[in-house]
Amino acid sequence: MSETNNNSSELPTPPLGGGGVPNSPFRGRGGDWPLWEIFIRSKQGLDHKHAGSLHAADAQMAIENARDVYTRRMEGVSIWVVESKYIHASNPDEASSFFDPANDKVYRHPTFYDLPDELKHM
Amino acid sequence: MSQQTALINFTIHLADDALILGHRNSEWTGHGPILEQDIAISNIALDLIGQARNFYQYAARLMNQSGQGLPEGEWTPPEGEVTEDTLAYLRDGWDFKNCLLVEQSNGDWARTILRQFFVSAHQFYLYERLQYSKDRELAAICEKAYKEVVYHLRWSSEWVIRLGDGTGESHSRMEQALDDLWKFTGELFIPTAYEQQLAVEGTGIDLSLLQPKWEEKVREIFAEATLSFPETAANSAQGAPQRITRETGATAGKKGGMLSGGKEGRHTEQLGYILAEMQFLQRAYPGCEW
Amino acid sequence: MSLQEFEKIFQDKVDKDIRIEPKEWMPDAYRKTLIRQISQHAHSEIVGMLPESNWITRAPTLKRKATLIAKVQDEAGHGLYLYSAAETMGTTRDEMIGQLHSGKAKYSSIFNYPTLTWADMGAIGWLVDGAAIMNQVPLCRASYGPYARAMVRICKEESFHQRQGFEILLVLSRGSEAQRRMCQDAIDRWWWPSVMMFGPNDDASPHTAQSMQWKIKRFTNDELRQKFVDICAEQIKLLGMTIPDPDLVWNEEKKHYDFGPIDWEEFREVINGNGPCNKERLAARVKAHEDGAWVREAALAHAEKRKLTPQPPKGGVLIPEDF
Repeated sequence: MSETNNNSSELPTPPLGGGGVPNSPFRGRGGDWPLWEIFIRSKQGLDHKHAGSLHAADAQMAIENARDVYTRRMEGVSIWVVESKYIHASNPDEASSFFDPANDKVYRHPTFYDLPDELKHM
Repeated sequence: MSQQTALINFTIHLADDALILGHRNSEWTGHGPILEQDIAISNIALDLIGQARNFYQYAARLMNQSGQGLPEGEWTPPEGEVTEDTLAYLRDGWDFKNCLLVEQSNGDWARTILRQFFVSAHQFYLYERLQYSKDRELAAICEKAYKEVVYHLRWSSEWVIRLGDGTGESHSRMEQALDDLWKFTGELFIPTAYEQQLAVEGTGIDLSLLQPKWEEKVREIFAEATLSFPETAANSAQGAPQRITRETGATAGKKGGMLSGGKEGRHTEQLGYILAEMQFLQRAYPGCEW
Repeated sequence: MSLQEFEKIFQDKVDKDIRIEPKEWMPDAYRKTLIRQISQHAHSEIVGMLPESNWITRAPTLKRKATLIAKVQDEAGHGLYLYSAAETMGTTRDEMIGQLHSGKAKYSSIFNYPTLTWADMGAIGWLVDGAAIMNQVPLCRASYGPYARAMVRICKEESFHQRQGFEILLVLSRGSEAQRRMCQDAIDRWWWPSVMMFGPNDDASPHTAQSMQWKIKRFTNDELRQKFVDICAEQIKLLGMTIPDPDLVWNEEKKHYDFGPIDWEEFREVINGNGPCNKERLAARVKAHEDGAWVREAALAHAEKRKLTPQPPKGGVLIPEDF
């Protein structure tokens, strides 16, 4: 969701956070509140999971909005909010070279190792 | 009046406060200043209506059990069992015991926020104590309500600050809202006969104990919001608040310009319209299931 | 890599049901079509709040009042999920709202009809949400990741809406004579607009083929419409009411219900802004937005002030652990 080095000329870099579209008719009069990404841990022991995004004027509001929007049907245990512009992401188009093709390094997988059945707890 | 009657009155008062404010908040649904806040205020409305339902259901149970309702000269429920809906939909304005503040119109977002803040601060300290009421049923309802009101108070406090210390326009709208609503805040701490009776006995609470805390909270938030706390002779006087009765009713001009009477059934012109809209279907099609 | 190679990789993913995620390469037409489709769906949710919020203050019992507020609030949430999904594609909330308010963007025509009685709440839940669900469930497997995920959230919440609607009608259908009439009257008014929700006939929908190939549409308009009619024709029997279509009849051969002709003239008129409530709906949204401008401005101004003079968080109260 951030300013990644995008080789494709097809995708414009979206204006992110605290601004909105420069030529929007609503600019300058109640213009867009910044966009925030929301992460929720719904239960003790789980990781935070990305739930979506919303607009809020500040972090406090973002947390409360997240509670209202994304935890309406469950007890949310923990909410993280991050302004979208601060999320840095890997470039999806470089995925094939950026991520180690794990299948090549078979020795990283437990099934690679042939051990006797009698061996317990491993 | 009997303890039972006092308890019924008090429970209905708590229910009416929650219902009327929830109803007012729900008028924003679909019309809020931004989608996220539409959801936020609807959430609060839902909480309040949920509280109202719990209180009404309890009051109804009490009325059905004791066979006695309210003192003579007041509302007589129709034949059959009293339900939450009987109480909400079949009483006229003069039987409603909500305070005047909750029935005031929404106005703009500033007015709505300020109204919410004043009420939530009141409910916060009220429920905080009522959780320990001698009446276990009431205590249980208030314990649940308290958790919700903690959030309402936080949400509305932050908005008071945002608008008070936002732009010049938001600040003056907040000042206007304060000008409009301040006169309804006194009633929150003026006890009725039923409140006084229950306070003495341990089921209810002495409102004069809440007032200083409420005032401290309001001062704290107002300071941060760069709003002036209205210093008048009335609120600097620490004399015992006058009890209101059906006879004294709305005491305009008395007690430093504070209006009251709602908790005893004497309302502003607002309530009639709220009920006309809210109760229409039940009145037009009496005795139906929905 | 050439454009064709990019396109091939893209279509390969789609064909294999591998989700396309934000910032991955996609054909410009795909992106534009999706932005329009997702944002129009979002607009529909938001505008759709209005015919129902109409009745919140008049809901006839406390339970109905609460559940109606919850339903409308859900719709706001759905709009939000969808705007959020659209924003991952390079548009902004501001931009989308601007298009709605200027009339450039469309929303589902159904919400341009008035809600005249309490029974309309039932009819909308049963028919309108029913039609929406039919459309939405297949989209849970749409090719664009954020869109599919938003649809999964929405579908989880939507089924309560339809059940609530049907239950409202069921209670009315077992009620007084006036209530039964109210029930039938609402069905009479909402049936055809609901049938039209599925859009023009397939042979009048030139974009369907491309959308199906891109997997942002999984069934054709007519397929979904037929399914809808078949299901409703059975469900209505439980209400003891009738569908206002004299040509509705079970076809034993095709194993489907035949139904009468749709008034496409009405559909076109409503889509083009001449429905009973188009102006009011849009005016309400524009008003809310304009009236709210000072609020949004103030919140931003305050946030800016906070950034300039960082203070320890004050205001509000200590939050209990279970918040």
